Amino acid sequence: MDFIQLFDQLDQTTKTSLKIQAIYDYLVAATESDKIYVVSLLMGQKPKRAVKTTDLRIWAAEIANIPLWLFEESYYVVGDLAESLALVLPEVDIVKDYSVKELYIQIIELKKLEAAAQRVVVEAYWASLTGTGLFLFNKLLTGNFRVGVSKKIVVKALAKYLEHEEAGIEHRLMGKWDPQSESLTSLFDADKQGDKNFLPYPFFLAYPLEEDITTLGPLSDWILEAKLDGIRGQLIVREGELFVWSRGEELMTDKFPEFDKLRSLLPSGTVLDGEIIPWLEDAPLDFALMQTRIGRKNLTAKILKEVPLILVCYDLLEWEGKDMRALPLVQRRALLAQVLQDYKSDGLLRLSQRLEFNNWEEAESYRIDARLYHAEGLMIKHVNSPYGVGRKRGSWWKFKTAPMTVDAVMIYAQAGHGRRANLFTDYTFAVWDGDQLVPFAKAYSGLTDKELIQIDNWIKRHTLAKFGPIRSVKAELIFEIAFEGINLSSRHKSGIALRFPRILRWRKDKPLAEINTKQDLLNLIQARQ
Amino acid sequence: MGSYQRGKLLQVNANGLYCEQADVYIDPWRPVERAIITHAHADHARWGMKYYLCHHHAKPILKLRLGQDENVQGLAYGEEVTMNGVRISLFPAGHIIGSAQVRLEYKGEIWVFTGDYKLINDGISQPYEQLQCHHFITESTFGLPIYKFPSPFEIYAAMNDYWKQNRADGYNTVLLGYSLGKAQNILGHIDPSIGNIYLHGAVANTNEALASVGYHFPGERVTPETDRSKIVGDLIVAPPSVADGPWLRKMKPYRIAMCSGWMQLRGARRRRGVDMGFALSDHCDWAQLNQAVLATGAEHIYITHGYEQNYARWITEQYGLDAHIFKTLYADSEEDIAEPKEDVLEPKEDIAEPKEDGRDSTNKGLETEKQTAE
Repeated sequence: MDFIQLFDQLDQTTKTSLKIQAIYDYLVAATESDKIYVVSLLMGQKPKRAVKTTDLRIWAAEIANIPLWLFEESYYVVGDLAESLALVLPEVDIVKDYSVKELYIQIIELKKLEAAAQRVVVEAYWASLTGTGLFLFNKLLTGNFRVGVSKKIVVKALAKYLEHEEAGIEHRLMGKWDPQSESLTSLFDADKQGDKNFLPYPFFLAYPLEEDITTLGPLSDWILEAKLDGIRGQLIVREGELFVWSRGEELMTDKFPEFDKLRSLLPSGTVLDGEIIPWLEDAPLDFALMQTRIGRKNLTAKILKEVPLILVCYDLLEWEGKDMRALPLVQRRALLAQVLQDYKSDGLLRLSQRLEFNNWEEAESYRIDARLYHAEGLMIKHVNSPYGVGRKRGSWWKFKTAPMTVDAVMIYAQAGHGRRANLFTDYTFAVWDGDQLVPFAKAYSGLTDKELIQIDNWIKRHTLAKFGPIRSVKAELIFEIAFEGINLSSRHKSGIALRFPRILRWRKDKPLAEINTKQDLLNLIQARQ
Repeated sequence: MGSYQRGKLLQVNANGLYCEQADVYIDPWRPVERAIITHAHADHARWGMKYYLCHHHAKPILKLRLGQDENVQGLAYGEEVTMNGVRISLFPAGHIIGSAQVRLEYKGEIWVFTGDYKLINDGISQPYEQLQCHHFITESTFGLPIYKFPSPFEIYAAMNDYWKQNRADGYNTVLLGYSLGKAQNILGHIDPSIGNIYLHGAVANTNEALASVGYHFPGERVTPETDRSKIVGDLIVAPPSVADGPWLRKMKPYRIAMCSGWMQLRGARRRRGVDMGFALSDHCDWAQLNQAVLATGAEHIYITHGYEQNYARWITEQYGLDAHIFKTLYADSEEDIAEPKEDVLEPKEDIAEPKEDGRDSTNKGLETEKQTAE
């Protein structure tokens, strides 16, 4: 399995050029039937977890001759189940070589077996794999396979290997496809593309604007729009069929049954890019409502009525079957406006309004107050920009409004995973509710590695109690927590749910008595309604 | 003498591991009159003792790090001194050059404190000698079944291959390892015929001190006068603390590898941000630890640092031994990413609070590295 070598190479470098070269070298040398499986894995598609993780823990502990509690403690330290399994399993005498295809198919088949039969199969592999091979097998088994490469790297390597253009490769790799029913030829050969109506275009993503807004030059060179808080989506109508893709390249058509009627309302060969947001009676609803709707398996008539969705369109990627992406934005927008006017959409499609400002200062004050307009900031797009691929600097910028913040105290800590394994990096924060501290948010990100190590050490010395992997700590360390949204929630003990909470900074200057209160949070919710 | 209690010959108090009968501390963390030092790593050999006793080969390092005027007496392995009736002797611990286990015998009761140790013979340090005792005080830095170190000789071969490959690709090779112990372990096994070997000041200083007791390692000290343009495809051995600093930038282009037992875990390696990790350790792994504990024949086991709760539970349940935890301030000083494990650092009120960033002992080690850097 030369894939092991590839994985090690990718794992040992952070340099993009070396990663691309490693994948290219692999593709040149690999067994033909393996390639499509490896491309699929590198793109982040993986078979679903085949075996219960509790079973894997029990089996491995038994084979390693250690009690289960000791395996669990080890797992806390490693922070990765597949790696923990690989480390405790005994050394093997004979290492066998398996093809990626075989392992992949085997793991899909495993899912159909009873636990006892699964164990026989899994143990046979465990007894003939070692090191990285064993680790990778476990990763596949636990449904957690991940390689440290971006899609862009895979696309570049494939483009080099197949001698195709990158944009075309990226287009073909969009969305979910099954390596068991594809090959490199069926995926990438132009003449075998006939039945690929569902394929979206790669999304063009905006770069966060960090410089002063006035450095962008004349305001008239730019089209400004509200940055809406919804789900970025691409809506495709081709040959009487409708597909909705999310930016995460997930096909989400069935999450949006209301869009189905667009199949007959729009002509074949129409692709729209926009923001899917909840919208009722001429006004947007809170994003949290849509989140609950998206999370549901069954969409009841009630929820469809209470939280209807629409697409706010800001771009036209395909019209009458033709790829429009190379046209300047101002032309694409004009055409888009025309299309939305000519074709009735029953209120399902709305044009994203171009915001008119007299100068950058006005734009800036819009951004600061963006929440008042149900927006989370500004989108700033160059009038002549083509619709590109991926995240590129220069022609599309997003300029978000400042997050909301509160000061809170850390009360629980838990070890992280991966590179944060064995380090307490996941914290639960509390605010005052009278004279009680009530937990209201968890956050993981925002601190530097150096701060994490300091805090980790502090936690170890100020632990009050341990509950499995979680420690309660002395309420002493204060942090400023930033978040994008806040709402009432029945699922949280505090009755409050935050959106995208993260740590803004460690407030060593703030005494515990002066942190925010639950009432402050409730006031924030109040102010938004 | 009337205060002597069987089974309490060594106890931990606010200053360190103490033998009241002999009135001597072993590796204390606060200034005391008399200290026996197992080895010269910063968390075991600290400032401020009036009198130090250690192995002959640890003596020059102790003086290098603590001051040439310190009152340090050397002892040979197996040689015995008696303090108020307690027979005290040192035996090889296999951890680094001059590292010792301390054996204490009083009224037929034998205690052994391992300091830091490993069973595997690295070919540089005096190999671990298995002792028998009634009370065994052990570290358990790598006291979990996930730690299974490969043979060091496989690692040395891999290191040489790594250097050769980097040299062929036009890169320097930087191997990071603690200046005392790991650096010599590397230098003693690297193939000097591959290219030139350069040493960070902290490593060179340690080597010079060791030369005075007969150890010689290859490598040239990097000084401000060193012509960096001539360092191409060569090997640089430096302490981990240089990884974030400007010292290393001048060695570009390079590939960098960390040499440490912690490198067995991917997470630790990724956090370090190095190109490569070699799981080269100067501590016992899980299997060695269990082997050592059983081979002492001791019924009472005391665990000083590293996953100590888990390890104590394991030997109690698995081997039926009487296991206790000695709360000490020893850390794994192998390198600076080795955070003190679990509750090791829970100092009692009267112990000097570790510094702001909490890495009390390892920090000391880093300071030493910095002081001795060019």
